[in-house]
Amino acid sequence: MAQKIIFNIIQVLVVMIFSPLVKGVFDRLKERVQSKQGPGIFQPYRDIFKLFHKDEIISEESSWIFRFTPYMVFTAPIFVTLLIPVLTSYPLFFAFMGDMLAGGSILALGGFFATLAAIDTGNPYGAMGASRTRMVGFLAEPVFMIVFFTVSFVAGSTIPYIVQQAWVTPIANFFAPAHVLVMLAFLMLIIAENGRIPVDNPSGHFELAMIDESKGLEYSGRGAALMKWGGCMKFFVLLCIFLNVLVCPWGLATTGSFFELLLAIPLVLLKMLGFIVILVVIESSLSKLRLFRISEFMVAAFVTSVVAVVIQLIEL
Amino acid sequence: MIQVNALAGGLFILTVFGIVAMRQVIGILRLFVAQSILLAGSACILGYEYSSIHLFVVAGITVFTKAFLIPWLLYHMLTHEIHARREITQVFNIPVSLFISAGLVICSYFMVRPLLNTDPSAFLRVNLPIGVAGLFIGGYAVIARREALPQLFGILTMENGAFLAGACIAPNLPLMAELAAAFDVLIIALVVGLLTRSINKRTGTTLVGRMTRLKEE
Repeated sequence: MAQKIIFNIIQVLVVMIFSPLVKGVFDRLKERVQSKQGPGIFQPYRDIFKLFHKDEIISEESSWIFRFTPYMVFTAPIFVTLLIPVLTSYPLFFAFMGDMLAGGSILALGGFFATLAAIDTGNPYGAMGASRTRMVGFLAEPVFMIVFFTVSFVAGSTIPYIVQQAWVTPIANFFAPAHVLVMLAFLMLIIAENGRIPVDNPSGHFELAMIDESKGLEYSGRGAALMKWGGCMKFFVLLCIFLNVLVCPWGLATTGSFFELLLAIPLVLLKMLGFIVILVVIESSLSKLRLFRISEFMVAAFVTSVVAVVIQLIEL
Repeated sequence: MIQVNALAGGLFILTVFGIVAMRQVIGILRLFVAQSILLAGSACILGYEYSSIHLFVVAGITVFTKAFLIPWLLYHMLTHEIHARREITQVFNIPVSLFISAGLVICSYFMVRPLLNTDPSAFLRVNLPIGVAGLFIGGYAVIARREALPQLFGILTMENGAFLAGACIAPNLPLMAELAAAFDVLIIALVVGLLTRSINKRTGTTLVGRMTRLKEE
């Protein structure tokens, strides 16, 4: 019991410590692919450290929501971390507190507060970005639901620890058409949720074209650091769900030994590196969609997931 | 083997969706080549499982005509049309088209259900509904697309869907019939290609969906 609690805390620490690194490696790789020098892979750590030591300025017109939001954005991924398999393949202490839908709703709660805070200060760009994020969000929501339902239907459970075993035992299940389609739909979902390139340009500095970035424009100092760190952790958590639950649940600790848990950390990071390379290729080879084309992108993801459900329900 | 065939079926249905949703002709052409190769792969697996030499020959013919000959022919007849980077018009917008296609997939699953009850083989369960769905969605692409070349690819998709469904129902179809079908497809592609070319020369466009009158007044 005590050991499982300790392991759970280690999971949270891993997510907190390594999430800026994942973002740093991602940015660096992307710049290298586009034949630029790019910042070092530890740049997000430096940014966050610097922001924590800066003064914070808050608009007089803003309400408590604006001050409360960074904490919400920061803690939401941590709560989700307690529910999902990050390092171990067996359920930990908090695993049965909530299922995948609970995790999705906690992440959505963080996003909800970020949206409110963007509108709160009265900055026109904030409200514009917020409404656009909601547009992408409500198109992404049904895909989320259907992917979760397909996965849960196959496993007979909605707890991610149980779901992860269903697709790879026996290994032939990995190539089931429903699985491939679900993976594709979830990949499109990750791109949309994190504002990656076919949907949104994460490194753009033009406020009128921003979707995700403009929500945090008003934050400074500690608030900005927490928002940034929270964003990194959200990306890390989504990658964990995608890789450890849906795609390749190998390399996780299977026994209670402490050594195996430590060994799982580099293995998980290695898996993420592999996935990041794929994302970098996608980001560098596609161009950003126009705003009203995003609905087509999301409908394609939705139809993919619906076909996965149909194939799963009727055929197998 | 069953799973690999199912994977080919799943990817096949994705390429069929792509034929409906793609905006550029070159993208549709590439998707069609991928679709034909998937069809050939599925036929190879079925030929191995049913130990039928016919299906291997069918796979060979498919790769030869649909993955090489037809794209090559169209490419040389209509180079400008294929490379034009303009967007293709549709009757409905793309999300609506995709939803209709998803509806057609579900519809086809329910349609083939009584057939599956008579012969519950694992290959039939994958190939028959997906092939019928390819047939339907190809037909829908012919209706909804306004340009000549995408309509041609709609017809070819219908043909591919029929092949996918047929390979699992009749693994030992006479070779003559297969050859005739393959030749037919080639001729369709040739005729439609030539027709498109002459339409393009005469009127400067291939928007056949807008051509409702026979003569200009």
